[in-house]
Amino acid sequence: MSLFAVLIDGTIYASWLFLVAAGLTVIYGVMRILNMAHGSFYAIGAYTAASLVGWYFNNGIGPVWAGYLLMLGCALVAGLIVGLIIERGLLKFMYGRDEVLMVIITYALLLVLEDTMKMIWGVNPYFAYQPYAEMGRSALAGLKVSNYDLMLVGVSLVLGLGLYLWLERTNQGKVLRAVIHDREVAMAMGVNVKRMFTLVFVLGTMLGTLAGALTAPAISVAPGIGVEIIVLAFAVVVIGGMGSIEGAAVGALLVGLSRAAAVHYAPEFELFVIYGVMALVLAVRPQGLFGRVLARKI
Amino acid sequence: MNNYKKNILKHRLTLAITAGVALSMGSSAMAAENGKFRIGVVTFLSGPAAGPFGEPSANAAKVLVEGLNQGKLPAPYNTIGINGAEIEVVIIDEAGGAAKQVEEFRNLVQRQKVDAVVGYISSGDCLAIAPVAEELGAMTVFYDCGTSQLFNEDKTPQFVFRTGLDAAVDNIGAARYLTKTRPDAQKIAGIQQNYAFGQDSWKDFTHSMEQLMPKAKVVESQMPKVFQGQYGAEISALSVKRPDIIHSSFWGGDMEALVLQANARGLLEDATAVLTCGESALDRYKDQAPNGMVIGGRGPFGAFAPDNELNRWFKDKYQAAYSTAPTYPASKMAQAILGLKHAAENAKVEPGKIPAPQEIAKAFKGATFESVSGTVQMARAGGHQAMQGISYGEYQYDKASKKGGVQNVIAFSGECVTPPDGTAALEWIKAGFPGAQCN
Repeated sequence: MSLFAVLIDGTIYASWLFLVAAGLTVIYGVMRILNMAHGSFYAIGAYTAASLVGWYFNNGIGPVWAGYLLMLGCALVAGLIVGLIIERGLLKFMYGRDEVLMVIITYALLLVLEDTMKMIWGVNPYFAYQPYAEMGRSALAGLKVSNYDLMLVGVSLVLGLGLYLWLERTNQGKVLRAVIHDREVAMAMGVNVKRMFTLVFVLGTMLGTLAGALTAPAISVAPGIGVEIIVLAFAVVVIGGMGSIEGAAVGALLVGLSRAAAVHYAPEFELFVIYGVMALVLAVRPQGLFGRVLARKI
Repeated sequence: MNNYKKNILKHRLTLAITAGVALSMGSSAMAAENGKFRIGVVTFLSGPAAGPFGEPSANAAKVLVEGLNQGKLPAPYNTIGINGAEIEVVIIDEAGGAAKQVEEFRNLVQRQKVDAVVGYISSGDCLAIAPVAEELGAMTVFYDCGTSQLFNEDKTPQFVFRTGLDAAVDNIGAARYLTKTRPDAQKIAGIQQNYAFGQDSWKDFTHSMEQLMPKAKVVESQMPKVFQGQYGAEISALSVKRPDIIHSSFWGGDMEALVLQANARGLLEDATAVLTCGESALDRYKDQAPNGMVIGGRGPFGAFAPDNELNRWFKDKYQAAYSTAPTYPASKMAQAILGLKHAAENAKVEPGKIPAPQEIAKAFKGATFESVSGTVQMARAGGHQAMQGISYGEYQYDKASKKGGVQNVIAFSGECVTPPDGTAALEWIKAGFPGAQCN
């Protein structure tokens, strides 16, 4: 029973981690920006979904399925708007700067966004539980599992597969991979790198807000959730290799299963296990599981 | 820009900053000498504790001070302000950690010249502030932090008082409630936030259960990171052990998320949850918490407060101002300010004059005063720590009004749940509560 519970819990947690980390790794892979503000995108998605979904269900506006569409739609629109404003209004003036400077800039952005959210949504928690509760639960080998959590596994599988196919099978994906491999050569071959940057940053932001929106019905959306999540997302991305989608998936699975095993068999190590896995992976492969060793240009 | 212009600009900037600082210092000094009784109120205005605790506390301070300044409170608080002096409140954010709070405290006392500081939710902040308050001779009332260490470290307090209860009382009360309502429970589990408050709560609860219900055994203990939000694995780990009781000292968003997720997965149908801070989300659980879930309010506060004239006034004014009932943090803030008013007005100084911290402290020590929660006795830690009873009850959701409430409430007296003066709470529990007087 416990082993089965570890597998189920680990997979659910891993799918949530992947949703949270996907946007972070996409942005780093293409733009080489270690985006500290990703946690704020997650929080914006969560707040937008929680406030709109709460309003929708509390006032009995329409059918339940439309509430789910509203949840996803508002997160994607919020991500699109926020991503465009930040990329066009701030980041485009910073391209080509040192990676460390970009960390500081995005950290400043995180602080600004945290206060902006406080101004918009206040400090009281938002509790939009209906999408989570409406789905009910299933019994798997005697273990009661929320159907919403199982749905999250499906969403992250679809999202991961979609991202993979987009990068591997489409022309736009090939161009993007060219930018990832060598920005200067891609530019010399006529690729509009700046446009690709805008596209990728907005995509990464939308992934962040989507993760927040999908999480919102299962939690109480309160100030600080974005800050909490960023450390976890970094751990997953570092384990998998910065900038690698498949790395983020494997990293999330490793962390998810390890954490679930710790919770079931040795709860006292639960806090340590995520960073223990990260330290172990980095000791063996400093570039992460799927990271490439890059030759330094002189 | 040439050097001359740069120098002029720098000079003007320096002048502007100097003038700004001088003005702000002047205004604070003036405010301190304007005949008003200045209270520094410190509570969380940002971060995860702001919504469930900080905002209700700050709102309570505003409602109460407004009422006091108008002299509209019921007796014995129907006199204007404090000792006739109008009350002025300076509200400070508690976020940022103990080091920042010590700095803010010094600023409140030394620069803003407050006459008293009322505040602090975090036990870490209380432990850091207490020695500084004693050093500065600043009248300080802790209204919420529950650490049992407070008066173990500040052994001879002079200026530090706590009108909230020691956190051990929460867990002794919870165990006593289970003894009365679920005497047949066999399997106990717990889930706490992994920091001092969570660990101490679990220790106090399990030792209390050992004494009161020796047949009940601990089958699982989970300590997830504070603000984790996702408890899927923890809920599974608790489920597979099939406990009868699940004790938790979770608070804020973590508590609401745990209740939602555990209830959706059927865990709270199979086991009774005991939430020591559960009352703070009474209006928010709706139908997502099961009826019969045991909740506490960290004393006779919030929904557990008695139906006295003071509390009726407070509840009405709070409800009118913020369209919601005051939860326990709000009651606790009101209690601290009322305690301060009681002490300052019993310091025997001329009406309209503001008593010195020594005079207030002398009157506060060992005082008995009326509050929104009933009668409060400063009967522990040499008269610096409040002793009151604690109540627990079961959550009940009314579908018609869409409101949550409490039923099957049992109140335990202060003498039943509080260790004698000079005895550490855990020692008292382990010794089997010697001298406890329970009804």
